Amino acid sequence: MSMPFYVAPEQVMKDRADYARKGIARGRSLVGIVYDQGILIVAENTSRTLHKVSEIYDRIAFAGVGRYNEFDQLRVAGVRHADTKGYAYSREDVDARSLANVYAQFLGQVFTHEMKPLEVEILVAEVGSDAADDRLYHILYDGSVVDEERFTVLGGEAEAISERLGASWQPGLSRGDALGRAVAGLAGSERTLVPEELEVAELSRANGRRAFRRIEDAELAELLGAS
Amino acid sequence: MTLPMFGSAEDPGPSFTELLTRLGQSSAAPATPGPLGDVRHGTTVVALRYVDGVVMAGDRRATEGYSIAHRSIEKVFPADRHSGVSIAGAAGPAIEMVKLFQTQLEHYEKVEGLALSLEGEANQLSQMIRSNLPMAMQGLAVVPLFAGYDVRRQAGRIFTYDVTGGRYEEADFHATGSGGRDARTAIKLFFRDGLSRSEAIEVAIQALYEAAEEDAATGGPDVVRGIYPTVATITAEGFERVPDEEVAERFRELIERRTAGGQPR
Repeated sequence: MSMPFYVAPEQVMKDRADYARKGIARGRSLVGIVYDQGILIVAENTSRTLHKVSEIYDRIAFAGVGRYNEFDQLRVAGVRHADTKGYAYSREDVDARSLANVYAQFLGQVFTHEMKPLEVEILVAEVGSDAADDRLYHILYDGSVVDEERFTVLGGEAEAISERLGASWQPGLSRGDALGRAVAGLAGSERTLVPEELEVAELSRANGRRAFRRIEDAELAELLGAS
Repeated sequence: MTLPMFGSAEDPGPSFTELLTRLGQSSAAPATPGPLGDVRHGTTVVALRYVDGVVMAGDRRATEGYSIAHRSIEKVFPADRHSGVSIAGAAGPAIEMVKLFQTQLEHYEKVEGLALSLEGEANQLSQMIRSNLPMAMQGLAVVPLFAGYDVRRQAGRIFTYDVTGGRYEEADFHATGSGGRDARTAIKLFFRDGLSRSEAIEVAIQALYEAAEEDAATGGPDVVRGIYPTVATITAEGFERVPDEEVAERFRELIERRTAGGQPR
């Protein structure tokens, strides 16, 4: 009878983490940034129909990077979680923190128990009644959650982009300024990004009950030109 | 709560009602033996087409047998951005059905990333009414009126239903509920193609006034408490409630004209 090779648990976890990180790094990055009216989510995405950024509930949005089929499955599960909760209790009882927790539980579970970890990083964003209540929850492939105040970057080049955004971000940015800084952060000094390469959506206090709205085509070009 | 994940065989797709069934949270009421006693009923709702879309209106009264159960109940609701639903019949199941219908439409839009067509929405409501049939047999019938602005056809459309979930499209106008007959007659007298917003609201208000005159279960304008019927317009811009002040002003004018005489009373 052959004996399986012993592999230290540290090594197993490290291998899985490396595998997930490699998968995530293959895709383009994404930025969630707080501005005066709410939260702007800016993703590098050349597809018009396969979205990285979507609506979850009245004040909550979802964004994902990595493998499309995996984060899209998480998105649909999030919509289901939020809608059943809002239907059973009340619309105001649906909040991002609780959603971020169930995502974290699920990702953590898959990371430790399944053969293959999910190759995704996701963002759960919630716009509050004022800027102090805006929330950005960044959830990693292993289920760890980071709660950000100003902006958050998902994807392979997160560190470099974070550094650029950290230098340019300031409180009370207008929507145009926030977009300009997010795009400059994503692009770096050697590239420029055109509207066709971007997917942009806002969670705005000005939008009424459903705060989520996509900023597309002419509106995006105009906003990008003005910033 | 944990994240609701399903295998491909059990996946409920974009249907919210199916999702509730899978999660064991279905809101369908259990069958009770025999007919129930008096439960709250809502009464007259109307919808008519005009040049920009559809006007929907409903009175505010709920009755339990011969007594008034509520003076300011709402019967006209937005279904999604470009559609509205108004209810007549047993108030409890009707309001629950509206809540489920609203969630169903929004759920579909979010999961699929695309809103349902108006036709698709009308069919969804039809299925919900059909699933309520066991309760309708016990006297808890729900007969909504569904109307909306069809973005693809660029026109207002009106759908009516019966208790079996039968769906019928109306060309110009319809009214249901206990005062529906009187309201329909009133609309028939004033309706023509290409009404303006203001004219269409006037016709809806006249129809509800006539229904309240002839039907005990339909509430008229309550000047003492300042409670007036709900009126809403649905156009390319979406569902919009006509402000209470505007409706109140219209009723004041109507009452003045009738008081002055020269018109049928």
